Amino acid sequence: MTSRACFSPSSALDFVPRNELEQLQLRRLQTVVALSYENVPLFRSRMKERGIAPEDILSMEDIAKLPFTVKTDLRDTYPFGLFAVPMKDVVRLHASSGTTGKPIVVAYTKADLDVWSSVVARSFSACGLHEGDIIQVAYGYGLFTGGLGAHYGAEKLGATVVPTSVGNTDRQIMLMSDFGTTAICCTPTYFLHMMDRAEALGVDMRKLPLRAGIFGAEPWTEGMRQHIEANSSLKAFDIYGLSEIIGPGVGIECVCQNGLHIFEDHFYPEIVDPETGKLVPEGEEGELVLTTLSKQAMPLLRYRTRDITAFHTGSCDCGRTIRRIRRIGQRCDDMLIIRGINVFPSQVESVLLSTEGTLPHYQIILTREHGLDQMEVQVEVTQQLFADTVSGLEAMQRKLAQAMEHVLQVRARVTLVEPRTIQRSEGKAKRVIDRRQS
Amino acid sequence: MKITQLSVFVENAPGHILAPCRTLADAGVNIRALSLADAQQYGILRMIVSDCREANRILEAHGFAVKVTEVLAVEVADHPGGMADVLGALDGTGINIEYMYAFPYVGGDKAILIFRFADPDAAIARLQTAGINLLASAELLKK
Repeated sequence: MTSRACFSPSSALDFVPRNELEQLQLRRLQTVVALSYENVPLFRSRMKERGIAPEDILSMEDIAKLPFTVKTDLRDTYPFGLFAVPMKDVVRLHASSGTTGKPIVVAYTKADLDVWSSVVARSFSACGLHEGDIIQVAYGYGLFTGGLGAHYGAEKLGATVVPTSVGNTDRQIMLMSDFGTTAICCTPTYFLHMMDRAEALGVDMRKLPLRAGIFGAEPWTEGMRQHIEANSSLKAFDIYGLSEIIGPGVGIECVCQNGLHIFEDHFYPEIVDPETGKLVPEGEEGELVLTTLSKQAMPLLRYRTRDITAFHTGSCDCGRTIRRIRRIGQRCDDMLIIRGINVFPSQVESVLLSTEGTLPHYQIILTREHGLDQMEVQVEVTQQLFADTVSGLEAMQRKLAQAMEHVLQVRARVTLVEPRTIQRSEGKAKRVIDRRQS
Repeated sequence: MKITQLSVFVENAPGHILAPCRTLADAGVNIRALSLADAQQYGILRMIVSDCREANRILEAHGFAVKVTEVLAVEVADHPGGMADVLGALDGTGINIEYMYAFPYVGGDKAILIFRFADPDAAIARLQTAGINLLASAELLKK
């Protein structure tokens, strides 16, 4: 069990002068590169191919000499091929839900778990939470990193943790209301679902003691934030993380809600051109690449996250010296090319939200008929969307289809389906089914 | 005078009407009248049930999209012209029927017409003026 000692944000490295932080980063980078070279055959052989040895890392700029690591490297070395410590030192394994084939496995030593708890505690702290807060963790507990990551971080902070995990929404709302939950951790779409249910149950989300929502595990939009904040008592914060790096707690929005601070003392961020792999000029958009600076069990060098973002230039009003990235609206992997036009699922989401004022679960289905891409958007009919007349439902379908075509520049067929028919995993719906290849 | 009716969204595919009916059956809720509106991909199952509040709660808890709406129940003589008399009373008033369905009493000489009006209050006033018998919820469920 993690101790319940109060976590002091001032002890965190969020506010150290840049030069001190950079010295620390270099020391840690040298250590992690040496560890990876010695213990992970894949990293050693890739570095040898490039003619570099750990001793060649003399400054942070030298990180560019290191090879990238990509998601398929984790699949190819399944299950334990990237571990840098013997199994006896691994105290926890997590795995991605992996929709195709084998999952991706990640490992933690005792020290890794401490780092993880501390970055999540620092995340909560950045959102203004502290000892005395009641934090309801509605991320899935289990192999998914969301639940346990938030859980131990909240304990480290000294908060009271309510480990509800995902699902059983009516009970979530009852506990939230009866316990006086002050912060909730879940996917933003699951919180939208809770808001819909609360309304149906006659619970006014604007009158609860909830003051912070720590939302992550999927990209979400500024429109969703506005919708959530207008219809509930909380401020919605974007938390960023990925299992490969550690789980939630790689970065977080502070109370300024203007970009996500990356815990750079543990995760070194670079932003590169996804095509060429070269660093983009400061402030320009590109793919986020992360290097774990302190991870022992499974260090990753220059991991390509596939997330598209840009560094914020200039300092943050909160006083944190650690850098900020723009909130991630899209992933390289998310982009769909439909009839030659780039479409992101987040655009469909924004249409649903702006047209109907609620975000039902939806799924994009792509097929090919007579050589032409066809896009269908299945929308679950929620209580709010349901009209009692066929003409009312047809009018809504038409309105949505028109708005989609306007925003996406691609015609989409809107289909209404029953609630809970779109498959979920860990509170996340699978957004895209692409049947064009088969 | 207004009767509460439950509408449930169902997909137009085999087996989809069963689920809400089974849910109500398991909860001991009796369906007194029913109609099904169908579009190409989906349908709307409209029901008048013995306990509307409970049925609504149960269906919502089981994740169905449900809507409670108000309809009017009109009692007419179950012989040729019974329905025409009611519609005749509305003719020329501009009162629009959104949808309707009908069912006879078993063993009786009356039938019941269920109407959903865009403006139910105007319809009530007009029908009452014409001396047409509107049933209250309790009366309807007793039949």
